[in-house]
Amino acid sequence: MTLKDLVPRRSGFRYNFAFIDEGVKKEVRRSLLKAVALPGHQVPFASPELPIARGWGTGGLQVTMSIIGPSDVLKIIDQGCDGSVNAVNLRKLLVATTNVRTTFDSREATVLQSRHRLPEIPLRADQIAVLQVPLPEPLRLVEPSEVETRRMHSEGDYARMWVSLYEDVVQNGSISLTSGYPVRVNDSYIMSPSPLPRWDLPLLHESEHLTLLGAGREKRVYAVPPHTSVHPLEFEDMPFTVENFSGMTCARCGSSGTFLDEIYDEKSNQASRVCSDSGFCDLVREGAIPRRGRRAHG
Amino acid sequence: MDDGVLLSIRDLGKRYGPGCEFCRELTGPEHSTNICPRCGSVTAVNSVSFDLKEGEILGVVGESGSGKSTLVQCIYFDQDATHGEIRVSGHGNGDDILGLPRSTKRKLRSRLMGMVYQNPLRGLRMDITSGANVAEKLLEADVFHFARIRERAAALLARTEIPEAYIDRFPKSLSGGMQQRIQIAKALANNPPLILLDEVTSGLDVSVQARVLDLIRELQRELKISMIVVSHDMGVIRLLADRTLVMKDGCVVEQGLTDQVLEDPQHSYTQLLVHSAL
Amino acid sequence: MGYVAVQGGVTAIENSQKLNSYLRLKGASAPLQVSQIMEQMGPLVDRVMSEGGLFSPFHAALAVKQASGDPIEAAFLLRAYRSTLRRLVDSIPVHTEEMRILRRISSAFKTIPGGQVLGSTSDYEQRILDFSLAEETTETQQRAVSEFEAGLEDVHDPLEPIHFRKVVEMLRDQGLVPPVPPSPLREPTDITQESATFPLERSGRLQMLARAETGGVLALAYSSMRGYGSIHPTVGELRVGRVSVQIPHPWRKASALTIGSVSITEVEIVASVQTAEDEARPTFTLGYGACFGHNEVKAISLGVLDRAMRSPSPHAPAEDQEFVLLHTDGVESSGFCSHFKLPHYVTFQADLDRLRTLRAGEE
Repeated sequence: MTLKDLVPRRSGFRYNFAFIDEGVKKEVRRSLLKAVALPGHQVPFASPELPIARGWGTGGLQVTMSIIGPSDVLKIIDQGCDGSVNAVNLRKLLVATTNVRTTFDSREATVLQSRHRLPEIPLRADQIAVLQVPLPEPLRLVEPSEVETRRMHSEGDYARMWVSLYEDVVQNGSISLTSGYPVRVNDSYIMSPSPLPRWDLPLLHESEHLTLLGAGREKRVYAVPPHTSVHPLEFEDMPFTVENFSGMTCARCGSSGTFLDEIYDEKSNQASRVCSDSGFCDLVREGAIPRRGRRAHG
Repeated sequence: MDDGVLLSIRDLGKRYGPGCEFCRELTGPEHSTNICPRCGSVTAVNSVSFDLKEGEILGVVGESGSGKSTLVQCIYFDQDATHGEIRVSGHGNGDDILGLPRSTKRKLRSRLMGMVYQNPLRGLRMDITSGANVAEKLLEADVFHFARIRERAAALLARTEIPEAYIDRFPKSLSGGMQQRIQIAKALANNPPLILLDEVTSGLDVSVQARVLDLIRELQRELKISMIVVSHDMGVIRLLADRTLVMKDGCVVEQGLTDQVLEDPQHSYTQLLVHSAL
Repeated sequence: MGYVAVQGGVTAIENSQKLNSYLRLKGASAPLQVSQIMEQMGPLVDRVMSEGGLFSPFHAALAVKQASGDPIEAAFLLRAYRSTLRRLVDSIPVHTEEMRILRRISSAFKTIPGGQVLGSTSDYEQRILDFSLAEETTETQQRAVSEFEAGLEDVHDPLEPIHFRKVVEMLRDQGLVPPVPPSPLREPTDITQESATFPLERSGRLQMLARAETGGVLALAYSSMRGYGSIHPTVGELRVGRVSVQIPHPWRKASALTIGSVSITEVEIVASVQTAEDEARPTFTLGYGACFGHNEVKAISLGVLDRAMRSPSPHAPAEDQEFVLLHTDGVESSGFCSHFKLPHYVTFQADLDRLRTLRAGEE
């Protein structure tokens, strides 16, 4: 017997629909149901390894793989962009194993998987947002131990988190946290919204849509159901503010009410701003939607 | 609960170790030990009962191992009492609060009690500023207004005679006396009706001790707070306490008005203590 | 005869060495050529050069063969070899801005002057076992190579290197990153010529990190990224490629002589905001990591640890210089770990005696 005899032929191997097997899907779905029932609470799940590296979206991917069906329409973005290398890679895997229709237009998607952004056009009740999460534990800012942060959540003991915000204001004049700003969900758990910019947080509050969040490496899922309150942690006399893009417009579509990326031209080294949400930007350029002059909400 | 009583403790006990049916019987001052001869468990607090009136200062005196520190730690929920009941007037409908879930006890504690430890490392967080240490109590009580927190913290630090500039300094860069004052400021943050003081001056220089004790006395008179003062130092007890409990091996051997207990001790152990005091 | 500490030891050792060789050679497969390891196991060779502290793909590949693929053993062989080599001259500091890029990316901006060059990376490959690799032949190999080469286009003159300006320099121009401070030393420390004393100045720390074992620095950097520490890193720039090595010209004053090139991976981490004591306004802080060969996980980890070790108030293990630098040298750590296999029966006899005495006392 030689090695050749032992190695199976590649052509005979077939993947399950959406790659992961039904047992894994069942476990993820159960965890997701529990997460939806307890808004903002992190539910552990087994999270077996995938061909995508840990830290590259395996959590979001497992959530999408567990909820997607043949009639779904899928959009995947990374930092707001459908064309980003990692989004392309994940899309390839999902399409190869489900054959679902894909879209760059967020209005058409039924499942929208994203790393670090929500689309500028608010999602509807028939759409689900799946967010990729690197570090699900918001209290990690003040406490490295998992045993201790679980206790803090279970007892609603969030004083140390608030103290770190107080110290932040004392040292820096305001809360200097940027992306992944901690929020209070349903007046209960403190949650990390994933590294969304502050700009996107108002989109989670009392949304029409369901948001599911998956952290593959840390093995946790959690959820924000529709019509749920999501409040960024703030002092009463220092209201939460979003990023400042005043005076700037997108060089591609002319909008001034979207989250803008700072980019440097490859040849000329000139700096300019473009919409992070490339799908939105394209729709404006095509004339399908009007350019946004001022932020519609938040 | 009777009128005017703030805190009612009945049969409070704390045991370390597996325990057996003989632990309480076979330990205590008559046996001169708090270690159970059958199972080796330590009955740190055997059975303590007392009432604390509003505005009263109760002293708890005894030597190391008497259980006096463990007693206040059980009242403050730092330790889980093994048995007994605690009632606080106006809370839980006069029911025992020991059996409540941890998160409820935490909330109750931040409203009702303040604690000052002998060792500031236990009562303060050294990795945050003095102001933040006080702010933590306010934040626990859901005060989320920055300017108000800052104002209250500054006022408390001023009241405990800490220089204004220290509000943003770290406790570890300050003296022992200052650290105790920060603890006191922190304990007062939410205007609690009860403050527990566990050997608060024991580690300090004599002159610093005197000033901290004066401060405590002044604050008590001004704010009419009930206090439980634990000390092995008769001088401290005499200065502060209206009534005193004397503890040995986990039990109360004598209690009464401080003057009476110190001038005319009845129990042999109290007599020993009083006569040994310098 | 069995392994006995005192007698018969020499025979057992010789037989063990013969057994090692035999286990490596007894299979039906053809002996691995050093050139095969150099060409087809690039990352492993790179890792061994980096941990061995010697840039020579041939010697590293030979060490890999001798160690039958064990990276720590191979690095050990290379380090030991390095100790036998004469030090001829110190090179002029390398200009990584002039690197001939194989790969160059930044996570801090979507597009950067000069562009993001993805280059050669397995980052976006799906980790699905490829069984066709079990059936490669020289024919399939030659076909794949000629197909790839036929698809290449000539973009520009290959003799003229393209220089990519550092992303960090851009941030520096805007005052968002502090200017490079002057070094307190005239020459960098040489950790191979003097032992480290703590606190160790930065050039010494970076040298120790450059030779550190990949798994060790990864674990500590991971702890920092996960929450045992407060660095929030962004990869300002990662570049992989070849840099020229130059020495001062032996007789032409103020001239340099290029003696060759080495491949390195260099990472600049942009980390959390702070206001330094001598700065009026807050800036980003930087972490720097560089190592021989193509080893991105290591270089990123080094950048994170460089920054972590400069925390103004260290409290996590990754922020403690001594903890990081004394425990991440693979040759030292594996050596000490292995030493526990040496006979310790005298010390153990003392422990046995003590325990028995204690137990007797209790009865």
